[in-house]
Amino acid sequence: MNQTLLSLRSLSKQFDGKSILDSLDLDIYDGEFLTLLGPSGCGKTTLLRLMAGFEHPDAGSITLAGQDLTHTAPEHRPLNTVFQNYALFPHMTVFDNVAYGLKMEKRPKEEIRQRVEEALAMVQLEDFAGRKPHQLSGGQQQRVAIARAVVKRPKVLLLDEPLSALDYKLRRTMQVELKRLQRELGITFVFVTHDQEEALSMSDRVVVLKDGLIQQLGTPREVYERPANLFTARFVGETNFFPGHVDRANGDETITVDVFGLKRTFRKPDFPVSEGQPLHVLLRPEDIRVLAPDDADGVPGKVVERNYKGSTLDSVIHLADGTEVLASEFFDEDDPAFDYRLGEPVRVSWVDGWEWLLPQEGEPEQEAATDA
Amino acid sequence: MSHWLPRTYLALVYLLLYVPIAVLVVFSFNDSRTGYEWGGLSLRWYEALFDNRAMVRAMWNSLWLALSAATVSTLIGALTALALHRYRFRGKQILNGMLFVVMMSPEIVLAISLLALFLLVGMQLGYVSLLLAHVTFCLPFVVITVMARLSGFDERLPEAARDLGASDFVMTRTVLIPVIMPALLAGWLLGFTLSLDDVVVSTFVSGPTYEILPLRIYSMVRVGLKPEVNALGTLLLVFSLVMLILSQWILLRSRR
Amino acid sequence: MRNLMQQPFRTAVLVLVWGWLLFLVLAPNLLVVGASVMTRSPGTFISLPLTLDAYRQLFDPLYLEVFLHSLYMAAVTTTVCLLIGYPFAWSLSKVGKQRQVLLIFLLIVPFWTNSLVRTYALKLILATNGLLNSALMSLGWIDEPVQMLYTEGAVVIGLVYLLLPFMILPLYSVFEDLREDLLRASHDLGAGRFSTFIHVIVPMTLPGVLAGIMLVLLPAMGLFFVPDILGGSRNLLVGNVIKNQFLDARNWPFGAAASIMLTLAMAFLMFAHRLSKRRIGEDGV
Repeated sequence: MNQTLLSLRSLSKQFDGKSILDSLDLDIYDGEFLTLLGPSGCGKTTLLRLMAGFEHPDAGSITLAGQDLTHTAPEHRPLNTVFQNYALFPHMTVFDNVAYGLKMEKRPKEEIRQRVEEALAMVQLEDFAGRKPHQLSGGQQQRVAIARAVVKRPKVLLLDEPLSALDYKLRRTMQVELKRLQRELGITFVFVTHDQEEALSMSDRVVVLKDGLIQQLGTPREVYERPANLFTARFVGETNFFPGHVDRANGDETITVDVFGLKRTFRKPDFPVSEGQPLHVLLRPEDIRVLAPDDADGVPGKVVERNYKGSTLDSVIHLADGTEVLASEFFDEDDPAFDYRLGEPVRVSWVDGWEWLLPQEGEPEQEAATDA
Repeated sequence: MSHWLPRTYLALVYLLLYVPIAVLVVFSFNDSRTGYEWGGLSLRWYEALFDNRAMVRAMWNSLWLALSAATVSTLIGALTALALHRYRFRGKQILNGMLFVVMMSPEIVLAISLLALFLLVGMQLGYVSLLLAHVTFCLPFVVITVMARLSGFDERLPEAARDLGASDFVMTRTVLIPVIMPALLAGWLLGFTLSLDDVVVSTFVSGPTYEILPLRIYSMVRVGLKPEVNALGTLLLVFSLVMLILSQWILLRSRR
Repeated sequence: MRNLMQQPFRTAVLVLVWGWLLFLVLAPNLLVVGASVMTRSPGTFISLPLTLDAYRQLFDPLYLEVFLHSLYMAAVTTTVCLLIGYPFAWSLSKVGKQRQVLLIFLLIVPFWTNSLVRTYALKLILATNGLLNSALMSLGWIDEPVQMLYTEGAVVIGLVYLLLPFMILPLYSVFEDLREDLLRASHDLGAGRFSTFIHVIVPMTLPGVLAGIMLVLLPAMGLFFVPDILGGSRNLLVGNVIKNQFLDARNWPFGAAASIMLTLAMAFLMFAHRLSKRRIGEDGV
């Protein structure tokens, strides 16, 4: 099932003495949708360009189904790229753009015509074959770029932030369409983005990168619900970090943690714990429960901000010790007028089992975690 | 503000710009000897022009010089623009600055410096010295034209071509050159016209072995009036007009 | 991108370009600087010893008068070009886009036409028995022909005629960039037409004005063929002096020194242009 197609081994790359990638290992499975996610400068685009062959690694190797590609020129790699700003040839028609790669393969004319038409039909641009790129909208140019790359039937399609130039609505449409294409073609997609929402909604697996190091590799659900370290937790979605310390370990299964003076019992984390050890209790805003001020449970606080978001009510609550808590609550059918006053006293709690524990790192400048 | 004032003003200035040219064209068909009064329609000055063998030779010389100067400066200028655009190298700023200075310096400064050089190295003044000088003053204009095109050029296009299976050579042939072609043509036409029109630099670096048209005209118009010049001027005007329309058409067609 | 083109090609291109510029731009200019501080010599043009005589000669009253007169005519030419060109460029930038293309085209047609021929055409008009005099006489405005050719005025007219497009084009490009909303913002903040002109339009178009001055003033001192055709022997330009010294009198040091003065003037104007561009937040070239 999960057969490795593209294998990257201890890849390193420096530019002007600055390390961009540092001995990176990554196995990409056949037929998967893999996303490289990270802030700008994390090395994700460089990684993609190494796979495409536009850059050469200082060290390490790239193999595709057992064939070494490390020093192969880009034109001889069975991978194709969809570029950030599409890079359509301005002097060629849509048809000629899509046909370019097949002409390079010296395919017979009839086969080229047929395959180009198929590719254009796939992205619903059959009627635009005679146009020049500048006569197309951004979304249409995007489709041509995709058709031009997939018409070559590559083993892997590399997509370098392909949706970043589109507006929000079009981006959502293209996300669905890309996902559909990937399913239909069965090609492996390697997708680069800095948009965590896009990464979570489209991918089979997500690689979170920072400073040229893999922070976490996992399914979207793993990355969101069980972040490997503080960086991933902060970068992917919004998170509350509550300071706590281990009160006592209860055998192999659970530990009791002191958070804001509350003694809560949690599942024992993967990392070793000892009594009195400080740690972070992570809770997503939607895991927070806001209770009435006279409730017996929770920590007292005050609502300092409220934002109506349509389907949710997002609020910021200040606890007595100054900690800011983000809470996101769905509207209750029984109480459509549900709202807070600013300054309203409340109590903050959560359902045990929804939290996630992480050890202290070199705070406040959290260092890259050693391993997931 | 009302519209008629600026428009009238524009029309007036254009009128002043074009009256001398119109006079020239009309008088080229004038039969009169004196050159001031109208003496009826005639093509005699055109005939006189083509009967003048030295004049015809100067025309051919000029044409050949302009062709070669435009071609050489387009070649070197395009390569320079590519180098400035694609490579990082030491002294890039200096190179840029030198080209800018060449473009801005008064022609006469360039002219005497080249004359000094040619005499110092013992070069005979003639076609070669003219060619070197003309290429030098055309060069910055070609570089600027091509650079402007390249600056709007997507860095990813060559990579896209390579990605789709084109070798470096095929990429240059199928993508790079077609994309900058309009700028190459425009640069070439500009160089051609600059060379054909040049008086100042040519006055210094030409020799008796290679007489060119502007210098021949110069010696004719310094004293008195020569009606043949009207005919010659009209021909040159038509010629430049064709070239200019051609270059504008190329630029407009390629703008996207 | 860099490693897509092979190294030998890159080396060849750089050697060619640098070679050309060093041999045909830098070396000749250094030669002129060198010549300007040497002694005049009949056989070899220049010889040792080093001397500043040429520069001293520039301030000889005879030449100083020629230079000042040339500078004066160039200044008048530039002023006239600016006075005609500034409102012209402004009006041009307000015309509809489609028509602008045509008008710009009409403006550069003369620029692409042989300048000697155009200067000669002026001669047809300005001559004593030329068209202008005939026209004025037939209108009864004058009784006998006025001497127009071979005057200072004829030289200035010739220079303006040849150089006007060089003033208009940079001005036009700054007016093109002058966004309407800036003017509206200025009016909105309570500035009247005059204040807006002084505080917004003038500073924003200053780089264009200086570029235009640069493109007009220097050639207006160098275009020696204009006085040759229109000006007679008393209205000489610096260019005529340089040409005579180099080609006729064979006095290289003096010609070189005069040319260096022109270069220094150019450097000064380029510096001013850069400063004015910095001021509105654009990087100088």
